[in-house]
Amino acid sequence: MSEKQFAGVNVTVDDEGFMIDYTQWNEDIARGLAKEIGIEELNDKHFMVLNFMRKEFKEKGTGPSLRKLKNESGVNTKELYGLFPKGPAKKAALIAGITKPVGCI
Amino acid sequence: MSNEPIKRVSIIVSKGSLDGVYPGLIMGNGALMEGIEVMMFFTFFGLDAITKGPMDNIKVATVGNPAMRMPGGIPMPSMLGMIPGMSAFASSMMMKEMDKLDIPPVGEFLEMIHDGGGEVYACKAAMDMFHLEKKDLWEDVDDILTVGTFYEKSAGAQIIFT
Repeated sequence: MSEKQFAGVNVTVDDEGFMIDYTQWNEDIARGLAKEIGIEELNDKHFMVLNFMRKEFKEKGTGPSLRKLKNESGVNTKELYGLFPKGPAKKAALIAGITKPVGCI
Repeated sequence: MSNEPIKRVSIIVSKGSLDGVYPGLIMGNGALMEGIEVMMFFTFFGLDAITKGPMDNIKVATVGNPAMRMPGGIPMPSMLGMIPGMSAFASSMMMKEMDKLDIPPVGEFLEMIHDGGGEVYACKAAMDMFHLEKKDLWEDVDDILTVGTFYEKSAGAQIIFT
């Protein structure tokens, strides 16, 4: 675990960079987290995915699978891989401030 | 041995049963989600997974499958497995369980892999053997490959046989 500062807020993240407390999250922190993993800018589509992930996490305690993400977030598989290259579910979870996805799909 | 991260995998699916097809699809999709390049190569009965019709009707074997169990965990006697409809019944039960884990039907799974940048190929020898043509295959199959081309395209990949 380590402390990182995004947009003037101290955020605790685990060894892989996932936030420990998702309630600390805001859009500026998201931009900071995204830069850490090489995504320079976040657009409306990114936030559509991030907000869907946070809603799922709040309701179920875990992030959605890629299948759920592409079926219910309003963003399809191709776009998801475009927005979050090389690992949509994992990268979106990291930027959304929730824990690493536990499913295999 | 170095611990270099895996960059590319080439997954061969050679069986057409539910438990023959899904491990390859799960491994393939999982690899893409980790940022690993994926090519899927369907051969022998594995071709069923990318053949229009059969791909929507993949079943688990209830005969000759010693690991087959009935609800409650009791091993299923082969004689029971022979009852007509048993394989379809067991398969639909398994698909229901898989759906709960968000494991999609074959067609949707292939689409996820293809849309994620994975390449999907059919084996030429198996196509000839079963008298199949390109038009018989799922529409997004990228190509039909000979074994030689398969190896060329697998350059730098880890090959996984299922």
